[in-house]
Amino acid sequence: MNDRFFAGTRKGLFHVERGDREWAIKKVDFLGDPVTMLLHDSRDGTLYASLTLGHFGVKLHRSKDNGETWTEVAVPVYPEGAVYASGQDEETGETETKPASLDEIWALEPGGPDQPGWLWAGTIPGGLFLSKDHGETWELVESLWNREERMGWFGGGKDRPGIHSVCVDPRDSQHVTIGISCGGVWETRDAGASWELIGEGLRAEYMPPNLQNSLNIQDAHRLSQCLSDPDKMWIQHHNGIFRSSNGAKNWTEMENVPPSSFGFAVSVHPHDGNTAWFVPGVKDECRIPVDNQLVVTRTRDFGESFEVLRNGLPQDHCYDIVFRHSLDVDSSGDRLAMGSSTGGLWVTEDGGDSWSTISNTLPQIYCVQFAKSQPGS
Amino acid sequence: MPIVSFTPHLKRHLECPPEEVSGETLGEAFHQIFELNPQLRGYVLDDQGALRQHVVVFIDDAVVRDRKRLSDPVNSDSEIFVMQALSGG
Repeated sequence: MNDRFFAGTRKGLFHVERGDREWAIKKVDFLGDPVTMLLHDSRDGTLYASLTLGHFGVKLHRSKDNGETWTEVAVPVYPEGAVYASGQDEETGETETKPASLDEIWALEPGGPDQPGWLWAGTIPGGLFLSKDHGETWELVESLWNREERMGWFGGGKDRPGIHSVCVDPRDSQHVTIGISCGGVWETRDAGASWELIGEGLRAEYMPPNLQNSLNIQDAHRLSQCLSDPDKMWIQHHNGIFRSSNGAKNWTEMENVPPSSFGFAVSVHPHDGNTAWFVPGVKDECRIPVDNQLVVTRTRDFGESFEVLRNGLPQDHCYDIVFRHSLDVDSSGDRLAMGSSTGGLWVTEDGGDSWSTISNTLPQIYCVQFAKSQPGS
Repeated sequence: MPIVSFTPHLKRHLECPPEEVSGETLGEAFHQIFELNPQLRGYVLDDQGALRQHVVVFIDDAVVRDRKRLSDPVNSDSEIFVMQALSGG
């Protein structure tokens, strides 16, 4: 069980802790600033907060004392001359480009236990970066950046393409699988030296029929891997929910998921790859909860059936959406925390059967993450 | 010597006192500032060296025109102000 979690919001980083009976906000760091990504590194307890300042760009801060003190460290910087595809010339049809500059750190994940200090950063506009020194320095993973397929990526959710999910295989930290909106699912088996575009079975409803099964344009909103059974993975996709039992190579779409299969977030139980949670919305063109009632959907049989969980969640005039990084499960699999686009924050201690409200009046919540203990400890 | 001053908004994030610099263009003036204070560069310029979208710079009360190459001329007695644009708020 984990007794602490963090919420990155439009107006600061909130520390939330469990007391004897209830959860409560204990303090706020970076008050007034957008904390759009965070990482609690279970390998050494270091906390990272990525700020996306409206005027002055992305800043990464690191704390080794649970937020008592913070140090600004480096951020990923796109190399001179780097460009991303911004569209096509109307007359010639040729790909148009714009200079690449860091918009946002959209994923921040630790390397394996055998890679102390390693951090992977997925960014907008589409670069994957690696730090081997706790964020002191960063290098663009050029083997991915230089793939010609990258010029076929496009924005999904954001104006420019972005890497939002980085899954480091607990069995082999050289094996990393990433999700890109919109650029499909990619994996490396040599810690980023080479990459393969994978994801057979994903379907893109927003493309013309002949392109719907193309791997390079899939919009996985979030990719999640079971820690104890890493071949089992889940995707909350732009137009559906997909499962994989072979480490993201092949995917099967879940049909007739109640009340909707549209959403952003997915979390997988750390000890049971058959169990996963989702937070549905109506559809992409109507991003609100179905019937204005916030629910969480849970499968415990690898997608054969889904339960709709609503006990403790707002069921009247609710317009909260849970973004892709705002649903997290703790080390036990019993506790989940969830934050919304309109500042709702909830926690469950029974796998989603019942939820408690921590606040309904926080700033917009971008990301939620438990302070997890080292696996096995 | 031209003087470069910074918006108080920046001072929330890092120390950036006014500095006297030399140079004949904004880019040259900034180069000196960033040598003194390397962390400041990423707050003012993007990865490709252009002014950030929501940063605005005035030289002697005129808005800087060349936001990419920073070639606007600077005189020996110029006052350079680095401000936040209201568009980024």
